Amino acid sequence: MYDFLWLVPTLPFLGFLILALFGKKLGKTLSAFVGVGSIGISALITILIGIRFLSSPPEGDAFVQTLWTWIAVDRFNVNIALHLDALSLVFTFVITFVGFWIHLYSVEYMADDESFSRFFAYMNLFVGAMLLLVLGDNLLLLYLGWEGVGLCSYLLIGFWYKDSANGYAARKAFIVTRVGDAAMAIGLFLLFYSFGTLNIQEILTQAPQTWSVGNNLAVIATLLLLGGAVGKSAQLPLQVWLPDAMAGPTPTSALIHAATMVTAGVYLIARMHGIYELAPVSMFVVAIVGAATLLIAGFAGLTQVDIKRVLAYSTISQIGYMFLALGVGAWSAAIFHFMIHAFFKALLFLGAGAIILAQHHEQNMFKMGGLAKALPVTFWTFLIGSGSLAALPLVTAGFYSKDAIIWFAWSAEGGNIYLWAAAVFGAFITGFYTFRMVFVTFFGQQKIDVSHFPKWTIHVPLIVLAFFALFGGFIELPGTMGHFTLFSDFLKSALPAMEEVAHENVSLEYFSQILTAVLALVSVYLAYVLYLKKPQIVTNFTDTGFGKGLQQFFLSGLGFDWLYERLFIRPYVWIARTNKRDFIDLFYVFLPWMSRQFHYAFSYTQSGKVRRYILGIALGAVVSITIVVIL
Amino acid sequence: MGLLSLVTFIPVFGALIVLLIPRQNEKAVKIVSAVITFIPFVLATYMWGQFNYTMSGINNEAQFQFVQHFKWIPAYNIEYFIGVDGLSFPMVWLTTLLSFLAIIASWNINKAVKGYFALFLLLETGMLGVFVSLDFFLFYIFWEVMLLPMYFLIGIWGGPRREYAAIKFFLYTLLGSVLMLIVMLALYFNVKDPVTGGHTFNMLLMMDQSNHSGWLLGVDVRLWLYILLFIGFAIKVPIFPFHTWLPDAHVEAPTAISVILAGILLKMGTYGLFRLSYPIFPDVAVKTAYMLAVLGVINILYGAFVAMAQKDLKKMVAYSSVSHMGFVLLGMSTFTDAGMNGALFQMFSHGMITAMLFLLVGVIYDRAHHREIDGFGGLAVKMPIFAGVATLAFFAALGLPGMTGFIAEVMVFIGTFSVYRTLTILAVLGIIVTASYILWTVQRVFLGKLNPKYENISEISGRELFTLVPLGILVILFGIYPIPILNLFRASMTHLINLIP
Repeated sequence: MYDFLWLVPTLPFLGFLILALFGKKLGKTLSAFVGVGSIGISALITILIGIRFLSSPPEGDAFVQTLWTWIAVDRFNVNIALHLDALSLVFTFVITFVGFWIHLYSVEYMADDESFSRFFAYMNLFVGAMLLLVLGDNLLLLYLGWEGVGLCSYLLIGFWYKDSANGYAARKAFIVTRVGDAAMAIGLFLLFYSFGTLNIQEILTQAPQTWSVGNNLAVIATLLLLGGAVGKSAQLPLQVWLPDAMAGPTPTSALIHAATMVTAGVYLIARMHGIYELAPVSMFVVAIVGAATLLIAGFAGLTQVDIKRVLAYSTISQIGYMFLALGVGAWSAAIFHFMIHAFFKALLFLGAGAIILAQHHEQNMFKMGGLAKALPVTFWTFLIGSGSLAALPLVTAGFYSKDAIIWFAWSAEGGNIYLWAAAVFGAFITGFYTFRMVFVTFFGQQKIDVSHFPKWTIHVPLIVLAFFALFGGFIELPGTMGHFTLFSDFLKSALPAMEEVAHENVSLEYFSQILTAVLALVSVYLAYVLYLKKPQIVTNFTDTGFGKGLQQFFLSGLGFDWLYERLFIRPYVWIARTNKRDFIDLFYVFLPWMSRQFHYAFSYTQSGKVRRYILGIALGAVVSITIVVIL
Repeated sequence: MGLLSLVTFIPVFGALIVLLIPRQNEKAVKIVSAVITFIPFVLATYMWGQFNYTMSGINNEAQFQFVQHFKWIPAYNIEYFIGVDGLSFPMVWLTTLLSFLAIIASWNINKAVKGYFALFLLLETGMLGVFVSLDFFLFYIFWEVMLLPMYFLIGIWGGPRREYAAIKFFLYTLLGSVLMLIVMLALYFNVKDPVTGGHTFNMLLMMDQSNHSGWLLGVDVRLWLYILLFIGFAIKVPIFPFHTWLPDAHVEAPTAISVILAGILLKMGTYGLFRLSYPIFPDVAVKTAYMLAVLGVINILYGAFVAMAQKDLKKMVAYSSVSHMGFVLLGMSTFTDAGMNGALFQMFSHGMITAMLFLLVGVIYDRAHHREIDGFGGLAVKMPIFAGVATLAFFAALGLPGMTGFIAEVMVFIGTFSVYRTLTILAVLGIIVTASYILWTVQRVFLGKLNPKYENISEISGRELFTLVPLGILVILFGIYPIPILNLFRASMTHLINLIP
């Protein structure tokens, strides 16, 4: 079965090729078959490989398939080779499985679009590139996938290219992430310089032998890789592109900007965990970045009016949790939250898409309302997704995955009470803005008539994802609830086990869990009061000068765009503009000008007037004689 | 006659045939030219099949392939000495390919057709001759043969400011030629043929320092000769601050000539450094390597920043060439395997990518009759295929993995990082600038609302696609499977590195 691994990324690429070359001729039905089918078969193969992996793991718990030699120059040898272990299997599964449902959903969502086949071509290309990212056995192939998904993200954000605002958002996404990519590229060169290879497993084996814990190079290399990770995963300080990326079609937001691509940073850090463990400083930075991002994005999420932007900020915030988990060394907790997040966030985006489709492409939540009755399936599944995002206790998967992170933020080796407090407070904000969205959208008065009632192609993906958003959490239960660790046991072969070093204390864990659970419920109640029962409290507050200012500040994503515009973009454009004429050329323009001046000067001496010549001879004679006399 | 001589001289014989065709029969001129440029391409491809990857060339005649070596002007020991190795053969092959495609791209030339195609064919022989010559005198002749047709092709068939551009190109290049001439003569009189004891133009003999006279072994003399030769080549590359002829020449030259100019002529500068400067003065090359690396980084960043501000699409592409040639300089300044092979790969890769970009600009210009970036907008609506090909080419230019530009850049960086850390970091920052100017251009030309002026603009034609698609396929193919190219380079580059002390 393992030998079919190469098909998993190849099929989506094949789908892309067919759609890109013949998409127009195929028509919508055939395009849909190719586009959805390629991902479907990939997902099936992945599941079969996964079953095989669970029943009889390959030797050394990893299967490597070398396809061909990519680059071979002296010591610089890179293969196109796939590496399947527990970690990449989880990612491959999420990408193909969630990806398949999103593709199916897109058939209906994009049905009326004139560029139907182009959409599926890009989406297939994305899945292929994303699979290479997680399956690549060396950092260069990972980087290929990394840039490939960036390209698809660019193409899909700017999918409706006739509106220049979309093009702007696409460009912003590509360039901001490329800032991170540049750091990451330098990191790769540094790793090659240190180890003479870019093969991930070789680096991870060699690193502890070459570098001691706290080695400077280890710190620099990991921070550079972190640069790439924060760019791709929209973490501080490169988080600014993701909210604008919502300009793309909603299935794109679900697949790329929620479930898979934006978690590539999490994958990268988890994948390179061996060198991060040698750099405690970098681990701490990762944790701080995560904690700060989850709070800042949470605040920004509080006042958004566009339903997709709420979800975008919640994505940034939830990935902040994953970074926090990585930073404290709770590797499998991060991956667990990644998986659960992929389920519920894809679900929420698809739900939001169904709403947007039903509301004449309106995205402002405050113009909607009362949709619970009109769109029952969408409502219930959206509610499940929201519950999972808000981590409502016991019943939702999000509770289990987030609870693990919150607890480890305190109890793990790199954790402390401040990180824990940030995570708990973040959970409270999350619950609040999530249910603000639910109440505003689904309850109250219906304001816009429903223009599109979803069919099975939308309903089935919603229901499947809702199932996983509810029950996906039961594969990993905390120590206080039976300590069922199926998921982390599975990952043990690829990632080090989580150890609660500092505070092995059951009563503290209970305290943490109960507090989080209570806060989640309180936040929902607060949202209910403020946005359904007594909305005047909010309006009264935002009518005050301070309230208004705060609302605007949060709405703008805490002013980062404003700051970067002044700090980077303007000086950059200024430098480019100033030298538009290429000042070096002035010298070369000056040369002929000067020779022409000489020409004029000399031709002036040849005037044809005899008295001038005599004057010249006389002056010359005087000068010559003077020189002779003086010398 | 040897195969390599055939490849080199078929175009110039073709030029004679073209001149015999009656003037009014323009179609025949074009078809004959296309057929004639196709033959060297086929022969070169055949040679690729015959190429022995283990033979290194560089300074060892026995290791060259397809060699022809006999006396030409015995009185001055001038020889007809040609051959290829891993350094020159990829350039020969690329030249034959781009020349053929450029002929196809010249289809709508309608002014003095015979003259244009005859000069073009002469130009091709000049270019091929430069790459195959192993005798400095022969090299110099071909170098000059190349210059003249170029001057007329820009000066007669160019745009509105063609005369200014042609003169500027000519003066710049002439300066380079003069410097090269000085160095050539200095070498001629100071290198002794160990067999005959006479002076020699044989490059391979010049590379053996035991043949150098006492004067030529002087430290200062060598430095000065190296610098003179370097400037001669630097003008061609072009290296900052000798680059300002390039934007003017490109903007005024007809599409096909821009393709040749950027695709092949620029590479002659770096080829010359590899072929002559490095092996003849390896000691000086090492001493000045850091300067070369600095110049490379300046090229990368300066070219990118100036490209960012350009309003003329062709000028933007021209400055992007300045930027991308910087990678060649940076890579070759390292004397590492990865860096040197990367530099050569960048020459090959940039030749294809920039050719695509200039062809694309030509397609637009033929329809809109201007090149103002801000004067377009939304062309993807009316020209989706064109926009697709253009996007591919632009992303190849910004070094997207999966295409050749990425392979070249990564190899260069891997090589550079071990030698010049700070410079590498600066150069990597260049990729951000590159991304920004390329995406901004794509936005303004193809995306957004369709400019109502171009309501009726026609989609790219089959002939135009024919010039672009082969390059697009090669850029991707060699991007995911570059081994065939790297195999060509390997032995020669290893050998060249071993020559460097």
